[in-house]
Amino acid sequence: MSNIAPASKRLDKEKMFNLVYVVPAVLIFMVFSIFPIYRTIQYSFTNSNGVTFNHNYIGFDNYVQALTDKIWWQGVGNGLFFAIAALIFMNSIALLLSLSVNTGIRGNKAYRVIFYIPPILSGIVVGYLWKWIYDPDGLINLTLNAVGLKQWTHAWLGETGTALTSVSIASMWQGVGGSFILFLAGLQGIPAQLYEAAKIDGAGRLQQLIYITIPSLRRVYTLVNILTILGAMQIFNHVYSMTNGGPGYATEVPALRIYREAFRNGDFGMASTFSVLFALMLFVVSFIQLKYSQNDDN
Amino acid sequence: MKSQESNPSGEKRIGLLNHGFLIVWAIISLFPLVWMISTSLKENNEIYTNPGLLPRNVLNFKNYADAWMFGEFNVYFMNSVLYTIVIITAVVFFSSLAAYGLSRLKMYGKSFVYYMFLASLMIPIPGVFVAIYIVVYHLGLGNSRMGYILPMIALSLPISIFILKSFFDEMSKEIQEAAIIDGANNFYIYLNIMLPILRPAIATIIILNMLSVWNEFSLALILFTDNAFMPIQKGLSVFVGQYSTRYELLMAATTISIIPIILIYMLMQKQFIQGLTAGAIKG
Repeated sequence: MSNIAPASKRLDKEKMFNLVYVVPAVLIFMVFSIFPIYRTIQYSFTNSNGVTFNHNYIGFDNYVQALTDKIWWQGVGNGLFFAIAALIFMNSIALLLSLSVNTGIRGNKAYRVIFYIPPILSGIVVGYLWKWIYDPDGLINLTLNAVGLKQWTHAWLGETGTALTSVSIASMWQGVGGSFILFLAGLQGIPAQLYEAAKIDGAGRLQQLIYITIPSLRRVYTLVNILTILGAMQIFNHVYSMTNGGPGYATEVPALRIYREAFRNGDFGMASTFSVLFALMLFVVSFIQLKYSQNDDN
Repeated sequence: MKSQESNPSGEKRIGLLNHGFLIVWAIISLFPLVWMISTSLKENNEIYTNPGLLPRNVLNFKNYADAWMFGEFNVYFMNSVLYTIVIITAVVFFSSLAAYGLSRLKMYGKSFVYYMFLASLMIPIPGVFVAIYIVVYHLGLGNSRMGYILPMIALSLPISIFILKSFFDEMSKEIQEAAIIDGANNFYIYLNIMLPILRPAIATIIILNMLSVWNEFSLALILFTDNAFMPIQKGLSVFVGQYSTRYELLMAATTISIIPIILIYMLMQKQFIQGLTAGAIKG
């Protein structure tokens, strides 16, 4: 008995002392990540202007205003447009590219390196580069003029009809490489024995694709699609650098609205409300992924 | 199906189709960047009068010199170098300590701490920047280097801890036990045994964070009012006018801004792709 007490005390002391290892990380994270989340929720019920400490609690007023705000919903709609376009076009291109590269084709390593260059650039650089390409005197109009299609030229980012699609194409140009790399990682994880067994059973290329590749890739496919939706909905840098939401509200997105509400209109209460609403929407998407990956683990 | 397998001309057709598709996308991936460099080497009026890919004078680096000195762009570049070094050093140190503790040591509140970091990876909080701004200003750190560095560290910690912890979890416990028998304390084990073995994982963390710090824009946009502190992505906007943009200067500046990233990418492709795949998948 007399031996146990000091031992457990020593363990207590050790368990206490070892906290030293996590304290720096936890402290910084608490102050600059957890506390701001708490503050966001708190401020969403106030009329805070962010500058002074004074603010009044105004209940759900901000939420009522937010949910009936047409421009906010237009921003959400544009975010969904980006997401759906990326799911259909960006991820299909990425999937086909990964299938091609995964055949072990000559030069596959070089392709992999090249396809991953756009994703390592910043959204701002991509935005400014494409702003120049879309310029009325830029590359696209130049090319159209050169091949005699003058009637097809547009002020791509300046016209309501073309701005949203143009921004979406620029962001998808950057995004293909990211999805491609994840698909490729998924394809490389499929055991080679499966294909060999199928070949012995006389399965052709198409049958291998349908019965082995596609089912084996389902988990990665879900993951990539979820990441694509989350990324597209949260787009900010591309829009900020190319159109800043314009013309009018043609390329308005949620993140831009939150930014403008706080730092242009000085309404931190409203900005926080939009943040909370937006977080809830994204959480629903993340939750689906969480459910999926849990199902797979069991 | 069988005939397709054994039919050499069918194989060849598919191979050609694959090649064609891959080459087309490789061109699409690279051409905008080639166009960016081409524009950056053209003269002021030439960007509108010479539609060709080849600048009149291929060695015209005047835009680069102008961009570097224009509107303190050199200052922004050096700021980004500073932020990248400081933030990465802090993140590597704090996250490896925390991951070691969470993986290998007995402590109070261990699972609480772990799930706190994990939850923040799973739940995106898009507008949290607004509140970070408030916290930073109320702490008196508004418009200061520290006021940018600390939140950036906080944002980088969860994924770094998560990746490092999974590496620590996979390492054999025997080395640690042997060292304890030899009388080494935990910190000695962390510093002299664990960190050296963990070098590949640390490289992953460094690359992942280097990219996110170098490319960071939105936090800098809201936190800084003083140009002297701004990082490079924010600095690019000095070339964008409200009514007209000097694209030859802007393209020179964007080219300068991507050179460090592209260089490191070319030197360390494997670690790059591993790191970013790990970053995207998050478990």
